[in-house]
Amino acid sequence: MANKVIVEININGDPVELLCEPRQSLLEVLRDVLELTGSKEGCLTGDCGACTVVIDGRPVCSCLMLGVEAAGKNVATVEGLASGMSLHVLQQKFLEHASLQCGICTPGVLMSAKALLDRNPNPTEAEIRYALAGNLCRCTGYDKIVRAVTDAAAALAGRTHPAHGTVPSETASGMAGEMLAKGEAK
Amino acid sequence: MHAINYEAPKSLDEAVKLLAAHGEKARPLSGGTDLLIQLRAGTRRPEFVVDIKQIPELTRISFSLQHGLRLGAAAPCISIHENSDMRKYYPGLTEAAHLIGSLQIQSRATVGGNLCNGSPAADTTPALIALGAQARVIGPKGERTVPVDGFCLAPGRTVLQPGELLVEFHIPAPERHSSDAYLRFIPRNEMDIAVVGVGAALSLDVSDDRVVEARIGLGAVGPTPIFAAEASKSLIGKTLDAAAIENAARLAIAVATPIDDMRGTAEFRRHVVGVLTRRTLAKAAERAREANQR
Ligand SMILES: Cc1cc2nc3c(=O)[nH]c(=O)nc-3n(C[C@H](O)[C@H](O)[C@H](O)COP(=O)(O)OP(=O)(O)OC[C@H]3O[C@@H](n4cnc5c(N)ncnc54)[C@H](O)[C@@H]3O)c2cc1C
Ligand code: FES
Ligand code: FES
Repeated sequence: MANKVIVEININGDPVELLCEPRQSLLEVLRDVLELTGSKEGCLTGDCGACTVVIDGRPVCSCLMLGVEAAGKNVATVEGLASGMSLHVLQQKFLEHASLQCGICTPGVLMSAKALLDRNPNPTEAEIRYALAGNLCRCTGYDKIVRAVTDAAAALAGRTHPAHGTVPSETASGMAGEMLAKGEAK
Repeated sequence: MHAINYEAPKSLDEAVKLLAAHGEKARPLSGGTDLLIQLRAGTRRPEFVVDIKQIPELTRISFSLQHGLRLGAAAPCISIHENSDMRKYYPGLTEAAHLIGSLQIQSRATVGGNLCNGSPAADTTPALIALGAQARVIGPKGERTVPVDGFCLAPGRTVLQPGELLVEFHIPAPERHSSDAYLRFIPRNEMDIAVVGVGAALSLDVSDDRVVEARIGLGAVGPTPIFAAEASKSLIGKTLDAAAIENAARLAIAVATPIDDMRGTAEFRRHVVGVLTRRTLAKAAERAREANQR
């Protein structure tokens, strides 16, 4: 019964048609079928968050979802963060703050942080820690991760409104603000 | 994981037919946060996995002050927390849904899956019991309504027969002076299974003083979630003072049948039932008084 099915998924902005078995998790589909090995396998039980991807704006453990369930959805993985040779500001800040050591948690942490900032461009430290509670890191002790995300939020706000430099929260809307209205996050 | 067939029906009719045709060989898939782990571990081996998230009735949350709440069994927990009616009228159920796992888990996990999985420690079940929720079930033999109190029979076992699907929960509209609360004890701040969970819903009279209706649900202190009937009844008609609360807490402890395990001894759990019963009652009462202004 190794029945394979055709699934169409939008991955990092590109429509992708692929062949997979219904029993394969989205994580397996990404890693083994599409060879997108950025998303990591840690626990396979939803506890570590190393496999986190963003689906239609929400962080999800790709190990707890079948690949076939992603049909017709927009899946964002760590491979889509950078544009060409320029790193996403979150990636840049992770390097500046030395927010990774072994790096196995990093793709998942980055995707959780991305989902947070898209919804809430000016999160408090508590909000950052809450959003990252599903991502375990055995190396950094989390502080450097939180600092990088805080700094990335400030930099993003600055970039959305270059005229104001680093802007206060109310005006930091732009694209992230629209996401907030849709999800009614806070 | 063993090989499976995946179906994603778009209507309730289609789902019922599929589940009836495959009987015990089929398993509904909601958020998958329990089921995928069980499939991988081989503890469940369905041939057919029927994804129920594309069925409109199962994912909607609809509320009105006349008709109360219809909560689709497959609505993800995050959509409950993001719904302003849910936060306003059912804050206890909302906080229970918002306690499940991380944001990654809440993006997928559903209240229906939480109940159907049949864990005695399921966080949303005591909150549903406190609210007097009814579960609408549909299957090969037609439709039936089952109170959530009584839905679970043993760890991992519910009243659902092969081919049956939980469609939605119905919760009555809140009275003017009513509210609910849910609290759980875990040794950490986030991401743990309840050592004890307590949900309480209260309705007060116009003076915000006397209890008109009360329901208390307990989690993780027996083979199934428990409706603390005596404790609930003891409050009705009483002024909600310290003595009444203390008495209800004592009666709640009396129906708890916890076990010793690595997360807590039975004695400790009984103690925590008392503490959380007092606190949820106080919180629900405070909210009920505030609700008066809504
Ligand atoms: C990391 C992690 C942390 C967690 N933390 C918590 C926690 O803090 N508190 C807590 O209570 N739980 C917790 N859980 C458990 C789990 O997330 C919940 O039980 C969740 O609510 C299950 O819902 P689901 O939609 O994912 O169910 P699924 O996994 O899709 O289904 C669970 C079971 O119910 C059946 N089922 C589902 N929906 C229906 C339906 N409509 N009709 C008939 N049968 C149905 C399925 O066939 C399956 O057997 C956690 C899980 C993980 C992985
Ligand atoms: S591998 Fe998915 S959460 Fe750990
Ligand atoms: S950097 Fe090693 S686990 Fe996070």
